[in-house]
Amino acid sequence: MVTAAGLIFSNIHDKNVPELTQKRSMASVPFGGRYRLVDFALSNMVNADITKVGIITHYNYQSLVDHLGTGKDWDLARSTGGLKILPPQITTFDNAGAKTVFSSRLEALMNAYNFVSKSTEEYIVLSDCDIVCNIDLRDVIKAHVDNGVDITIVTKNVYLSHEMAKNCTIVESDKDGRVTNLIDNPASMEGLMDLCLNIFVLKREYLNNIILDTLSRGYKSFTRDVIAANKDTMKFMKYEYEGYFATINTLDGYFKSSMDFLSKDVRDCIFGVKSRPVYTKVKNSAPAKYMGDAVVKNSLIADGCVIEGEVENSILFRGVHVGKGTVIKNCIIMQDSTIGRDVNLNCVIADKNVVIKDGRNLSGHETHPFPIAKGTTI
Amino acid sequence: MFKKKECIAMLLAGGQGSRLYALTEFTAKPAVSFGSKYRIIDFPLSNCINSNIDTVGVLTQYQPLQLNEYIGNGQPWDLDRTFGGVTVLPPYQGKNGADWYKGTANAIYQNLKYIERYDPEYVLILSGDHIYKMDYAKMLAFHKKTGAACTISVLNVPIEEASRFGILSSDENNKIFKFEEKPPHPQSTKASMGIYIFNKDVLFKYLEEDEHTEGSSNDFGKNIIPTMLQRGEPMYAYEFDGYWKDVGTIKSLWEANMDLLGENPEFDIDDDKWRFRSRNAAAAPQFIGENAVVENSIITEGCVINGTVINSVLSANVTVEEGAVVKDSVIMQGTIVKKNASVLYSIIDEEAIVGEDAVVGNDKENAKEVTVLGMGADLPKGAKIEEGKILSAEDVKGGKN
Repeated sequence: MVTAAGLIFSNIHDKNVPELTQKRSMASVPFGGRYRLVDFALSNMVNADITKVGIITHYNYQSLVDHLGTGKDWDLARSTGGLKILPPQITTFDNAGAKTVFSSRLEALMNAYNFVSKSTEEYIVLSDCDIVCNIDLRDVIKAHVDNGVDITIVTKNVYLSHEMAKNCTIVESDKDGRVTNLIDNPASMEGLMDLCLNIFVLKREYLNNIILDTLSRGYKSFTRDVIAANKDTMKFMKYEYEGYFATINTLDGYFKSSMDFLSKDVRDCIFGVKSRPVYTKVKNSAPAKYMGDAVVKNSLIADGCVIEGEVENSILFRGVHVGKGTVIKNCIIMQDSTIGRDVNLNCVIADKNVVIKDGRNLSGHETHPFPIAKGTTI
Repeated sequence: MFKKKECIAMLLAGGQGSRLYALTEFTAKPAVSFGSKYRIIDFPLSNCINSNIDTVGVLTQYQPLQLNEYIGNGQPWDLDRTFGGVTVLPPYQGKNGADWYKGTANAIYQNLKYIERYDPEYVLILSGDHIYKMDYAKMLAFHKKTGAACTISVLNVPIEEASRFGILSSDENNKIFKFEEKPPHPQSTKASMGIYIFNKDVLFKYLEEDEHTEGSSNDFGKNIIPTMLQRGEPMYAYEFDGYWKDVGTIKSLWEANMDLLGENPEFDIDDDKWRFRSRNAAAAPQFIGENAVVENSIITEGCVINGTVINSVLSANVTVEEGAVVKDSVIMQGTIVKKNASVLYSIIDEEAIVGEDAVVGNDKENAKEVTVLGMGADLPKGAKIEEGKILSAEDVKGGKN
């Protein structure tokens, strides 16, 4: 039997959406009504029978730790394996580490050296938290083993504009799918290309060696020092993911991707796969309650919401209260926010615990949603 | 090995619930869906953990599969403990043969060894078919203060309904002097809620004795309580004035579900200080479609609503397609109401299909009785189920409608 452990990078892309990562890591950015971004990466792993997952954290990870708890909601509260949160190792004797905050994937991996070296699983699946997808990782691992390759890189063939491409990593490959190059943040690329979904499969021993090399040679970049430098001597293959994906690398990207979930096809692709459900923290909120005057259209509503007003083309997270006479359109309202009476909201992203008082009118624009920071009262 | 506990709970969950007919054909009553997110047993279990009682024995007998699976290791209720937690206690075979649970008292009697392991001072006896919010810790404090051998929780009911209950008469100090099971001419309005706290030693003594009494029905209400009273044991009534509903009948189950609706519901389950816990389905948030109408209803995860839902309670993963109408109804997990179908004043059990253009029940204003469709019922296109019918999947297949 093929055995695999998982490693999730929780902070790597934080700087892309500062509005949402002020007080949390990318992994704990709320998404899709009742999830955090880490839920998608974690569920993908759990659904492939990966029962040991390390989560590399660096800073701002309190909300992530709170969300994950013991891991029981992902069936990862195990006496063997299970969920391991890997906080930065900064000791009294070696606080040089405190100064060199790791910023790259390789530096983050050094932090996971113990996890990698002490695991017994044959393979490791690496994943970031800025991608929302529902992928059959079992199939990716199988392809990796069958093809006898050194690293399998999951890609998605999409059309990217110049603007979009510059926040991404692009994979170039030959006709057999062998990776010939990996380009970080291309300066001038546009068109149909293979986007790197930052999901990698490789042998644990190989990853172990990569970390040791990084330590001794001071490598900085995974794409440059590991992939590009070894592309001719090692065999790197792409694995094409066919389903829906969203990449969260800007605030309006976050807004657009969230709104994608109002489409049935997208929901079916992410939530509709019977054998691969998406797990999240269980909160025991009451069911959502619609009052007599409620009007709700084309919206995703989570449990614990109480709706007395109108909600259209919107996403309401758990425990949101919408007062009488209020109209909410094209908005994302996060957990436990309270929207008073006779409020008008359009294209607003309200973070957790926001309070909008009676009679307020707030509007952003489809291409520039108006973000309201966590805990703000307006 | 086992730490001593002050008070443990024994939850009677073995009843067949025969008055729920089709709804309990394949499942025990405590496992019947309730209030969108819950099953009936979630209420006593949540009350236990919220009252700091962390050791609960659940006595099962009838159709235990779904109930056992639901309780699992007790994790949703924080009852997965190293010491205590929740333990499912089915009847078992012993040295002297095997016995089904003959009555409520006998069920506890057969599990005295379970109770002994925790060496509790007090034992709380609960029922698995009541919907309520109650702090058992307060009742226990009352029990300790009065120095009772047994405390019975009571609720004031209208006098005309009193003959449906076990009725207690008590003095000004709440000391009980009379108990009558379903009296034709009730002399008090204090109804037993089927919730008892016993001093362990007293409970053991009377259970032992009852077991060896010829002709006893081995029942708390019929045998144990009257005998104790007769012997002059100090017994007190603990008055409870919150919401409490026995959901033993189709009508009361429907009513209790409806009691959750509205701005000032009869029973408010949305209480951050007293959360009801349940085993959650890993489902997406509910989606309310472009042409949907949703009014005065509670709906939970996994539901997809493209039709009209009014005054109704929907459990997880229910689909209401375009043009379909669900009104004054309770629809349980995984059921699909297809295009232009109507479900009126009905309870539809889990995993059922109401075919296109089918009509179940009648408008509440005109119907006398709630209509019921059992688990897995597959109603063909255009079918009509008359008001007040109670049909299982088998009945529907056989064309009994």
